[in-house]
Amino acid sequence: MADYKLLGKNYQLPDLYAKVTGRSKYAEDHRAEGMVFCKLLVSPMPHARVVSVDTSRAEALPGFAGLLTADELPEVEAPGESALTNEPRYEGEPILAVAAVDEQTASLAIELIDIVLEPLEFVLDPLDSLRPGGPNARSDGNTMVSRELTEVKWTEADMAGLAPGEIPMEGAVGAEWEYGDLAAGFADADVVLEEHSYFQSLSHQPLESRTTMAYWEGGKLFVYPSVQSTARSVGPMARYAGIEPSDVVLINEFTGGGFGSKISGYVQAQIPILLSKKIGKPVMMRVTRRDETSFGRARPGVQARIKLGMRRDGRITAIDIHAIGDGGPYGRSGDHMNVGGMGSLAYQPLSMRMRGTGVYTNTPPRGAQRGPGGVQSMTMLEPLIAKAAKQLQLDLVEVHKTNAAEGQARFGAPGRDGTQGNVSSAFVREAIDTGAELFNWTERVQRSGQRNGTKLTGVGMAVSTYAAGASGVDGLFVLKPDGRLYIKSGIGNLGTGSTFDMMRAAAEGMDMPWEQCEVAWGDSSQNLPWSCSQGGSSTTHAHTRANWAAVLDARQKLQEIAARDLGGSASDYEVGGERVYRRGNRSQGLSFARAAQRAIDLGGTYDGHELPEDINGMTTASATALAGQGLMGVAKDNFEEGGRRMSFVAGFAEVTVDIETGEIKLIDYAAGCDVGTVIHPRTFAAQVFGGAIQGFSVALSQKWVYDRRWGLLVAKRFYNNRPPGILDVPHEQPMKWGASELPDPFNPLGAKGVGEAAQGAGSGAVVVAIADALGEQDGNFFRSPVTRDMILTQLEQAPTGHDRLTAHV
Amino acid sequence: MAVIRDVIPQLELFQPANADDALALLAEHGSDAWVYAGGLDTLDWFKDRVKRPRVVVDLGGIESLREIRSTADGIEIGAMARLIEVINHAEVRSQFPALAFAAQSAASPQIRNQGTIGGNISQDTRCWYYRDGWTCYRAGGNICYASPPTAMNREHCILGASRCVAVNPSDTAPVLVALGAEMVVRRGSAERVVAAEDYFVGPEIDIERMTVLEPGDLLTSIRIPSTWAGARVYFEKIRDRDTWDFPLVNVATALRESGGTIEDARVVVNGVAPTPVRLTAVEDAIRGQARNEQTAERAGSIAIQGVAPLTHNGFKVNLMKNLVKRSIRDEPMTV
Repeated sequence: MADYKLLGKNYQLPDLYAKVTGRSKYAEDHRAEGMVFCKLLVSPMPHARVVSVDTSRAEALPGFAGLLTADELPEVEAPGESALTNEPRYEGEPILAVAAVDEQTASLAIELIDIVLEPLEFVLDPLDSLRPGGPNARSDGNTMVSRELTEVKWTEADMAGLAPGEIPMEGAVGAEWEYGDLAAGFADADVVLEEHSYFQSLSHQPLESRTTMAYWEGGKLFVYPSVQSTARSVGPMARYAGIEPSDVVLINEFTGGGFGSKISGYVQAQIPILLSKKIGKPVMMRVTRRDETSFGRARPGVQARIKLGMRRDGRITAIDIHAIGDGGPYGRSGDHMNVGGMGSLAYQPLSMRMRGTGVYTNTPPRGAQRGPGGVQSMTMLEPLIAKAAKQLQLDLVEVHKTNAAEGQARFGAPGRDGTQGNVSSAFVREAIDTGAELFNWTERVQRSGQRNGTKLTGVGMAVSTYAAGASGVDGLFVLKPDGRLYIKSGIGNLGTGSTFDMMRAAAEGMDMPWEQCEVAWGDSSQNLPWSCSQGGSSTTHAHTRANWAAVLDARQKLQEIAARDLGGSASDYEVGGERVYRRGNRSQGLSFARAAQRAIDLGGTYDGHELPEDINGMTTASATALAGQGLMGVAKDNFEEGGRRMSFVAGFAEVTVDIETGEIKLIDYAAGCDVGTVIHPRTFAAQVFGGAIQGFSVALSQKWVYDRRWGLLVAKRFYNNRPPGILDVPHEQPMKWGASELPDPFNPLGAKGVGEAAQGAGSGAVVVAIADALGEQDGNFFRSPVTRDMILTQLEQAPTGHDRLTAHV
Repeated sequence: MAVIRDVIPQLELFQPANADDALALLAEHGSDAWVYAGGLDTLDWFKDRVKRPRVVVDLGGIESLREIRSTADGIEIGAMARLIEVINHAEVRSQFPALAFAAQSAASPQIRNQGTIGGNISQDTRCWYYRDGWTCYRAGGNICYASPPTAMNREHCILGASRCVAVNPSDTAPVLVALGAEMVVRRGSAERVVAAEDYFVGPEIDIERMTVLEPGDLLTSIRIPSTWAGARVYFEKIRDRDTWDFPLVNVATALRESGGTIEDARVVVNGVAPTPVRLTAVEDAIRGQARNEQTAERAGSIAIQGVAPLTHNGFKVNLMKNLVKRSIRDEPMTV
């Protein structure tokens, strides 16, 4: 790794004091003159039509301030989602909103509304909708094929001979792709396994719900949402309001997490936006935990039939997947198809066929969640790989290294010309080695299946991959005559630290002490540049590139100014120690403060009065507002891309399983990572561990439970849908991480993101470890989460009460 | 009327400074009054607007109800003692470590700081249909939503169902039953003492409450006699996650042995029935037997005689069997 002054070093994030002292303002902490509160009337049924609504008693209530109905919203084309609806398609979907002087009054007003609903047919489990004659969640179809809302059903012939809960491998699908010779792949395999696998739907459950406050002033919308991205959320808010992005002021300095559910907005923000416009008062919509569970997004569940072939040497020769995605009632998710996409990269099978259908259900709307499709892929495929390895008596680490992606590896669906896309870099074997050493795999694996009293020990590992960077966005900063560097961050501050970490690239490039830098963030009126989404682990790669582009621009300008004032050519000068100076003679030069003043004097490109033509309009507007304040570094990232930026995490876990109680205890976890240059070790660790913990949640506890007769979610509260808490994390020994620190060749600083891939490593390693503990006969559940009841039921060979793929039990 | 959740409705709050005032308020308001202890059970109900009492009597300011003191024959724990205070109490830890361990197994650190022992044993069931406002038997309706074949009942009962299939979720209750504790209940100026075993009420007696407490009653303290002080008392709870979870099943077994022979035992399980269940058949079967694997195994088998699992909770049968077995076979765990 290069010898950096700032990168790769821990430091204190600039927003830390505000957070620990409670001064940080989240969406619901904001207030505005004359503000009223709104509450939502939500559907008590999984699918219904509003027959009549009488709001007269509510409107007569003292303190009532107004209401908003679905009829007042712009129409949304199917299968899009509207903020309010007269045909709710899941329990908890907002039907109308009431504003009042306080929440008590608004709630009472809702209870005074007489509403008549006509229940409609509903579907909870995608397989029910695919079966011959099965019901549809939407009256206009059960899936999207290409761009058409249509219906996919299996035939009686497809289902012939199948046991309940089985998927017909050749049944109709909405999409498919294939590469290599699948038949030859299976023929060459020494072990061929075929299993059905179930992956649960998972609510995102960020600690901060999507509370939003909005008001209108001077023709502009002021909106205080809880979003992941700052720059990228301005456009969606403008769209919800029906105005231009330049008329939106978005303020969101702190966000309590999102995990993909708030990347660049959420349609429910339209409620306070339009209600405040209608009634002429600021409107605060505090979203409750229950509402967040209803419309705060969820990861699509996947039900799949998977066939995998492995050669005696451990090479995976073929994978054939038919996957069904649980899509909720709106939009379109590719998670189920991505089971193949991410699997093809992580395990590089010689041949692969991926077939699947995303099916609409009357369950909460889905959205991208940390490694969408990737986490499902690792959690569902790793147990098959482990089982095959066991049958061939192969070491799991060696099998993963045999199948590891390398260099600019190709993966996924072939394009129109038949070639697959490639990654910018892959150092997977190095990541596996790093993790295996931290975990002490060679010694630990000896404990596999060991029994101590009633407890069995299991060890497992998984290789996970996911997107790790975007490109093509802008960097923007100003070096002012006070000698300080003012860096603009449009990323969004949802707790990952990248809002600040990536600005360190600008400081590093300018050789500027961090104490001399100030970062502006979280407020679109602060002249922020066009940025990538704060999602998909994009920011690390994208904004080190963008800020480096701005650094190159600023350094060139500094050198030109020095040459103008001191003679010679720009290339005679270099930048360092807060000066631009003649090479080899530090005393002959200008201080940054002096150079900044000279930039203002010179104007033109130097102080931002003339701007590059290829930067985004948002950056142009911001830079124009900042022009004349100092020397401006502003540029679009035009560095070469080299392929899709993907990171890799190898996760290792040890568990014990008590065969008398079904209790699973996670003893230890370690992760080895291929993420290029680590920018900030502390936030890096937070991503690797946080992702792993979300993976433990997948493997061990979190799920929905639905009553099948009424179509309603019964596991609504945390204590019954069970996301993990800190007490569920291994605490007898600290979790460990390591990085191979091999730079990505297509990033000037070598950096890639990490948050996404971290989760599948956690879930995959734990499900494999559980199977390892219990042995082949009892341990292969092919269903997540693996809970106490499943283990006890399996050990007693007792009935489970449901089919192998039944959803939401 | 449309339904809205997650907003506590307005209610009239009383914060009496002593037990007499509290009792007077409870007498005055009868069934309109709600007794508020630590609030962990209460606030969920209020937030969902499912239970909407007119008057709330907050016991938080009554210091006398919070005392833990030694008595001539054991220990007396004020109903308002926080779980953390029970856990940290020196005498509880030395004489009745299983109680401290059970209290430590309840909920989360935050909840144990706020939740009371009286609340922990008197809390309502966590049946997810009932808690979510479904108008079931327990809520005054005429149906159980948790028992039909399409219902989700993984966490419901395998014993003692009577129209309602909800379970008692307390972790401290089975220990108190095993220890032969007594509940001190006041009503106006009258005081009655109820054996812990009789404190809990099943649906066959009254489907709308979990304990003997009626409007106007106040649980003031719990007396634990010295009978089982220092004895071998085993508690274990199995739950889905360690962060905050109610028991799938828990067990409390008090056992006295002499020369390897079990002289006396009290075996109690919870999370399997609408009340904590004392397994007298198991107690009878193991009394006079050697404490060994075989006796433990037999105890487990006897424990599950007569169980009637629902569609999704068959695993509780094995779990109960194994926990009873462990409670006799294994050494007790402590805080």
